[in-house]
Amino acid sequence: MQKLINWIDERFPLIETFEYHMSKYYAPKNFNFWYYFGVLSIVVLVIQIITGIFLTMHYKPDTGLAFASVEYIMRDVEWGWLIRYMHSTGASMFFVVVYLHMYRGVIYGSYRKPRELLWIIGVIIFIALMAEAFMGYLLPWGNMSYWGAQVIISLFDAIPGVGPVLSEWIRGDFVVSDATLNRFFAFHVIAVPLVLIVLVFLHLVALHAVGSNNPDGVEIKKNKDENGIPKDGIAFHPYYTVKDIVGVVVFLMLFSAVVFFAPTMGGLFLEPDNFVPANILQTPPHIVPLWYFTPFYSVLRAVTSDFLPYVAGLVAVVTVLAYLDTKDTIRRIIYVAVAVVLAFGLLSGLLEAKVWGVILMGASLVVMFFLSWLDRSPVKSIRYRGWIYKLALAIFVLSFVVLGYLGMKSPSDIDLILFKNVIWAQIFTLLYFAFFFLMPFYTKWDKTKPVPERVTS
Amino acid sequence: MKKVLITIMLALAPAMVFAAGGHGAKLDHVKVDLHDQVALQNGAKIFVNYCLSCHSASYMRYNRMAKDIGLTEAQVAEYMGFITDDQGKFKSGALMKATINAGEAKAAFNTVPPDLSVVARSRGADWFYTYMRSFYRDEKTPSGWNNVVFPNVSMPHVLWSMQGTNRAMFETDEHGAKHFEGFEVVKPGSMTDKEFDKSMRDLTTFMVYMGEPARLVRFQLGIYVLLFLAFFGVFAYLLKKNYWKDVH
Repeated sequence: MQKLINWIDERFPLIETFEYHMSKYYAPKNFNFWYYFGVLSIVVLVIQIITGIFLTMHYKPDTGLAFASVEYIMRDVEWGWLIRYMHSTGASMFFVVVYLHMYRGVIYGSYRKPRELLWIIGVIIFIALMAEAFMGYLLPWGNMSYWGAQVIISLFDAIPGVGPVLSEWIRGDFVVSDATLNRFFAFHVIAVPLVLIVLVFLHLVALHAVGSNNPDGVEIKKNKDENGIPKDGIAFHPYYTVKDIVGVVVFLMLFSAVVFFAPTMGGLFLEPDNFVPANILQTPPHIVPLWYFTPFYSVLRAVTSDFLPYVAGLVAVVTVLAYLDTKDTIRRIIYVAVAVVLAFGLLSGLLEAKVWGVILMGASLVVMFFLSWLDRSPVKSIRYRGWIYKLALAIFVLSFVVLGYLGMKSPSDIDLILFKNVIWAQIFTLLYFAFFFLMPFYTKWDKTKPVPERVTS
Repeated sequence: MKKVLITIMLALAPAMVFAAGGHGAKLDHVKVDLHDQVALQNGAKIFVNYCLSCHSASYMRYNRMAKDIGLTEAQVAEYMGFITDDQGKFKSGALMKATINAGEAKAAFNTVPPDLSVVARSRGADWFYTYMRSFYRDEKTPSGWNNVVFPNVSMPHVLWSMQGTNRAMFETDEHGAKHFEGFEVVKPGSMTDKEFDKSMRDLTTFMVYMGEPARLVRFQLGIYVLLFLAFFGVFAYLLKKNYWKDVH
């Protein structure tokens, strides 16, 4: 065995790679519950790839055969139902673990210097994952698959000038059709998974270069012993490998509970309307994307023409704060110029409200890229932040959840109290953006607690 | 840590409190027991004898259905000799296709009756159970029948000889909206209300099974999987504890 390892090692940096990433990668010893979701994301990625390979063996990307081939998998393929439920549950669980993973990054400031690139690669992974899920959802060719894709692709129509041509180019047809199904299959099965794997690799390379953050937001590399090993660090292998196995088993229990006992999750993971084959003549009464897209879908639907002045109001507030924040004349001129252009765009009626809806939905994702620079707090972790940040974060979490809930409901109904859903969606859309755009200011105002030298247990 | 959890709980609270509600026709709840093979067999009988004339269940195979509801291959050959392949030879693995073809169906009903393989999944068991019991006589429709759950449906009351003929009573409120008040028996059928309800419960049981044959096995298998994972988890935890002894 040793001889074999030596043989390989002379030709490939086997031991070196293993040591760099595993046995001599020192991670902080104070990881808590929130630190399981990184490894769980990889577990779900592996589940999706393996089950996906087997589904591809039996699935037919053809509008005349797709729906039937999924039911064929559910009935006639040995263990087909299990493979398919693992894949459909895996899609939703992917977003569960990725959202929690991102939330961990937010509360402990894992996006702060020197981990900006790590965070940005992560946001790109998240957006690639959304593309992957969206295209995969068309493949069963159910009626909700069909109309969901129809609605989302037609969003590109809103782009002035090139919009209609662009959406036609994406579909390969004037409506979602066989051409669309085939190319979505290609993207879902080959293109996006390749991109995802490369990005996950880069995410890990970046992580292992800068080292893991921890719940205290303390840089453990600042305190090393005589051997150059961080005093608060422990080798990833074996300590975190054995710990992660426990987390993975607990996760797999929850995962299995869904797969075996509630694969549809009451219509959240598999929608009833998607058990009807795609029908171009029959629109489902209520077209909704799956739950993991609904917060962003809510932002899109919240934007009506009478909402635009309030968005301009938020721009004005941010501009005033930014103006007062600096003494630099050039910066002040830039802030005012940007604000004037935005306000003109919002209030002049030059662009339709629908276009602003698409812009704001895009912005609700793109804003995540800038998190590292929006946060100006002297501390990273929520443990040492003051009440203002905690309040802002609570409002943000509330906004995300309420927007997600409203995204599944009809905008004109009243499902919460007092106002119609659309009004609530508008309120929480403003709060969602306020969390990000006011962050440079409230993180400055916030009173922080002293951060310890070493990690606390 | 605790504070963060509390934050999340607080954030989720409004969504949970206001998550109630819903509208549409009032549906009767049906209790479906897939372990009840007698019900499954009776449901299959009704389905094959009545529904399958016009509706396909074309994702389902006869022999798979027979095996799942407790029939032998010999019984399939005896009861279902009509299932043949293209050459007219008996084929127990044939898909459950409607007797009527699409063209004839279109001529008769002005629509092609939908495939029913997964209808229990798209509509739900309660919907199906209520729908099957809610036909009433209505001379204003082409078929002479109408349905409270699915107004102006093209489908006639196929099981009228069992349930009998009903007339629906509606009341008009001050806004001009019609409200269903109940049925009035015009001509009783071969079954009592109770017998018919039970037959429809059996049929619904069969439809739920047919929507997802894996239902027969997945709960049982799930328990084994969870037991295995729990067992494995204990050792994984002990391993972790042992390794972490020297971490302070």
